[in-house]
Amino acid sequence: MTILNRIAGARPGTNGRISRLLTIELVVFVLFALMPLLSGLVWSEDDSFFWIVFTTKVLILSLFGLSFDLAWGYAGLMSFGQALFFGGAGYVVAVMSRDLGISSIFIVLPVAVAVGLVLAMLLAAFLLSGSRTPSIIFIAFGTLTGSYAGERLARAWYYLGGQNGVSITKALTIGDMPLYEGVGFYYLALGFLVAAYVGCRILVRSQFGLVLAGIRDREERITFLGYKVQLTRAIVFTLSGAIAGLGGGLYAFHEGFVWPALMGPIYSTQAMLYVILGGVSTLIGAVIGVAAIEFATIILIDYLRDFWVIILGFLLLLVIMFRPMGLLGMLVSNRERIGSFRWRGANSKSDTRGD
Amino acid sequence: MALLEVKGVCKTFGKLVALDAVNLTVENQQFHGLIGPNGSGKSTLLKSIAGAERPEEGTLSFLGEDISTTPPAIRARRGMSLKFQITSVFNLLSVYDNILLSLQAAHSLLSLAGSRSRQKLHTQVLDTLSEFGIEARADDLAGNLSHGEQQWLEIAMALAPGPRLLLLDEPTAGMSPEERRVTGELLRPIKERCSMLIVEHDLDFIKDLSDVITVFDQGQVLDNGTPEQIENSERVKEVYLTRV
Repeated sequence: MTILNRIAGARPGTNGRISRLLTIELVVFVLFALMPLLSGLVWSEDDSFFWIVFTTKVLILSLFGLSFDLAWGYAGLMSFGQALFFGGAGYVVAVMSRDLGISSIFIVLPVAVAVGLVLAMLLAAFLLSGSRTPSIIFIAFGTLTGSYAGERLARAWYYLGGQNGVSITKALTIGDMPLYEGVGFYYLALGFLVAAYVGCRILVRSQFGLVLAGIRDREERITFLGYKVQLTRAIVFTLSGAIAGLGGGLYAFHEGFVWPALMGPIYSTQAMLYVILGGVSTLIGAVIGVAAIEFATIILIDYLRDFWVIILGFLLLLVIMFRPMGLLGMLVSNRERIGSFRWRGANSKSDTRGD
Repeated sequence: MALLEVKGVCKTFGKLVALDAVNLTVENQQFHGLIGPNGSGKSTLLKSIAGAERPEEGTLSFLGEDISTTPPAIRARRGMSLKFQITSVFNLLSVYDNILLSLQAAHSLLSLAGSRSRQKLHTQVLDTLSEFGIEARADDLAGNLSHGEQQWLEIAMALAPGPRLLLLDEPTAGMSPEERRVTGELLRPIKERCSMLIVEHDLDFIKDLSDVITVFDQGQVLDNGTPEQIENSERVKEVYLTRV
């Protein structure tokens, strides 16, 4: 319980009660952990392999969704540029693999994280260093421009493969062991998603998370307490870029190629839709949103073909109009979503309402 | 050396002159009251001192350093604390978390990410809540407090980090007579800990608290002195006391 409580932001002294949000998180990750085992019981070997590979893509895209939730849901930065970090990292590792023959996970993933981090840091420095508080529109257009420029650059630059992108012919390797699509890659992706998720969860329920909650609640007030709002936001945005970069590096090797749209506004918007559907400022909403959209798409597209995109668009509009807090908003209260930052040591008064 | 020195500060909003060459000094451990009719520039001066407004002319010195262009967050870190006129507590956070947010502001972001001071600040948070009589509401959302309680919470937040100068903009606005009395009692012992610049409409409330009162009219300092001097000032009687 101690570790779970730490992840949930609850402190000792809460009588071991697990909140609804934590229950949802546990169910989601247990289902992901059991999926390869259960799929063998439900489907034929070929079908099982297909679903494992597909769910691996969902896990990787969950990192992408998580990065957007961190930027928008916690730092209040409406980023239309998450794909720049995701696709940018994908391109760099693809080119490294093609030109330098590098496919070791110990080089590829740190580089992918670094690319996402540096790109996000540069964009944050540009957008957040002004003397005035930047508006949502300024942030949205600024990040959109970055994403658009990245896609145009990739499309036009011969070295980056132009329209065709860059193929990756080598598998990701751990030491001498190649990691192909399938169960191994699945658990690798799940491991990174869980690690990133737990890290983000601890951060947003830490005292730093309290600052973020304060910024979201009353940005104009918190400055007068002595907080450097834009620096705090820049740090979170940079972290979100690093997580998107990690996802981009994994995605490039899992899919076997990268293409210009991976850096562009369409993918950036996709990250946003995942989070809006799943539930903003919840972290797990991002994962649920990715799973809901990707699974619904792959299952229903066979039956509904061209209509599916229209139906998906309509469903998202309904969510935005009637459930602005997304699917999680129906299950988890605002109070639980924000959490309590009170220290709940052995001698402190027991109260679990916020957790 | 004075704690705060305001020299020749001017601020305009379009054609409206909100502050016209204002001079003001706050000494250490002094309660300094600011009174004046609506629109006389009191709140604008307070906001200018805190950094919410930037004067076009003049200088502001705090602890002997020029802070005229210093960002509000840095002014707060140097020991200046502001309570806004309109209550602006963090409605979506608990009362406890509001105080914690105020107390931890001086800590580095890295240490906050590791929640290193959460345990250490716990007692301080409870003590602050207890001092202002809102400890029973610690786990309630700040947005669910009554208006008076929100005002006390905000004063508690301003005071919690141990500022050198507390800037209070109408701390009793919208309060019942009983709440005003309690607020006065809460503020009186603070004198031992810091200086205070307090904007108020209620002369009876402010004269009991203040060592010095400055009277404003139309963006200018009309008079300045002890509460007794101000009560007996002919200029003040003429311009202010007859109007309010």
